[in-house]
Amino acid sequence: MIRFDGVTKTYPRSAQPALADVTLDVGRGDFVFLVGSSGSGKSTFLRLVLREDVPTSGTVRVAGRDVARLSSWKVPHLRRQIGTVFQDFRLLANKNVFENVAFALQVIGKPRHHIAQVVPETLELVGLRDKARRLPHELSGGEQQRVAVARAFVNRPVILLADEPTGNLDPETSRGIMRLLDRINRTGTTVVMATHDTSIVDEARKRVVALSHGRIIRDDAQGLYDSGAVPAVGPMASRRSPAATS
Amino acid sequence: MRFQFVLSEILTGLRRNTAMTVSVVLVTFVSLVFVGAGALLQMQIGALKDYWYDRVEVSIFLCTDSSEAPTCIDGEVSQTQRDAVVAALQAPPLDTYVQSYEFESKAEAFARFQEQFADTTIGAAATEDQLNESYRVKLVDPTDFDVVAQYFTGTPGVEEVLDQRRLLDRFFAVLNVFTLVAGGFALVMIVAAALLIATTIRLSAFNRRRETGIMRLVGASKGVIQLPFLLEGVIAAVIGAGLASGALWAAVRYGVQGWLTSTLPLFNWISTREVFVVAPVLFGIGVLLAGVSSVVTLSRYLKV
Repeated sequence: MIRFDGVTKTYPRSAQPALADVTLDVGRGDFVFLVGSSGSGKSTFLRLVLREDVPTSGTVRVAGRDVARLSSWKVPHLRRQIGTVFQDFRLLANKNVFENVAFALQVIGKPRHHIAQVVPETLELVGLRDKARRLPHELSGGEQQRVAVARAFVNRPVILLADEPTGNLDPETSRGIMRLLDRINRTGTTVVMATHDTSIVDEARKRVVALSHGRIIRDDAQGLYDSGAVPAVGPMASRRSPAATS
Repeated sequence: MRFQFVLSEILTGLRRNTAMTVSVVLVTFVSLVFVGAGALLQMQIGALKDYWYDRVEVSIFLCTDSSEAPTCIDGEVSQTQRDAVVAALQAPPLDTYVQSYEFESKAEAFARFQEQFADTTIGAAATEDQLNESYRVKLVDPTDFDVVAQYFTGTPGVEEVLDQRRLLDRFFAVLNVFTLVAGGFALVMIVAAALLIATTIRLSAFNRRRETGIMRLVGASKGVIQLPFLLEGVIAAVIGAGLASGALWAAVRYGVQGWLTSTLPLFNWISTREVFVVAPVLFGIGVLLAGVSSVVTLSRYLKV
């Protein structure tokens, strides 16, 4: 589904490559944690999948297509197959929950009856059916992130990218989001989740790809956040995640 | 759905940015008023030219007692000299240029003079003797004045050959200066409008960067993302063009037709028909102006 082949990305005015000779294969329906400290290359990896950037060398293939050779007017079609979730939710403050999710379909020209059917289904999936008329500021952080997940998933993308989706959430809420992403993954959607959240990674026991200075230093099938570390469970495990804000 | 969506986006943008939108409308309005006024003035000049050039004559003034020109050395023009002028007008080479001619006696000249300068001190002071007899010559092509002028220069008994067109041309030159001034203002205002539209759209794109960011992310096409901004500028410019057309229509309807035509009925004035010729051009300029400045701004400030 996502295949990186000897990918190097060097940003202009930067001596160090953000990604250096990365080769990685993410199969259809996989769930992959992308871990590593800030500046390790996680965000660059996601940007290349979304074709926000093109690699300096090597090839990035997404859903069978070489993204660097995609003409600019076909890029939107690529992005329609990818849902994206961010740490800061990125909801539209003046639209309610339903409208925020519907927005993703409106802007790609989906017919009204399709929207009227799919949006409630998706809100049901994320557990927000009864809060469809609420505005984002009336929701908790976890609920806002669920709206963001619903928006990312409403067009049934084949790939879901999540960039630190639990970064702003407390451990319990983070687990809820994780369960939601897991459920989406089980529908056959490939999920790539960049995270700092040790406990989430350690509890999930899924594939872990660790990046450091733009290189893959580890790729474990059922890995932990730190190789060799004892799986940490419980309240102490959240020490690596930022303080909960909501 | 997509059309409705774009429409609601435009309305949101216009509402959020009311002050800027109003300023775009006003600046476009003023600049297009200048453009339109310049165009209407040129049409007025054209109408006046058509009207007057058909009526202007070349006047061949004959000598009087008091004439000081070298050709008037013999004093008052003689009958022989008058006949020579008439013969020259009827014979080659002049006959092909001359459409018709008329003799104006001193008495007729005096009557016309009195009429033109009635109630003025000049009119009261003039006497019949001071005025010239003249031949009023209508040319086939009014621009051939020089042929006639040169032919009669130095002819005994002819004091001066005068082209009325020269007088009109001076008047038209003044009107042309007005057109240039209007054009100059229009140019400056159009530059201001273009920059203002660019700034407005930049601001609008900045205000809505969260929306456009999400649109990009979920795979909205370039058209859907950029069209609301583009149309926002175009709609503001169209409103400006509408106001400009309305203002020009009112000026012609009430200023020219309502006032000038009754005050100076001898002239051939433009009517609101001319405004309807100019208005589509103004709309075209407005749309083009907004379109071009939007596209340039969007390509720089709205990444897709």
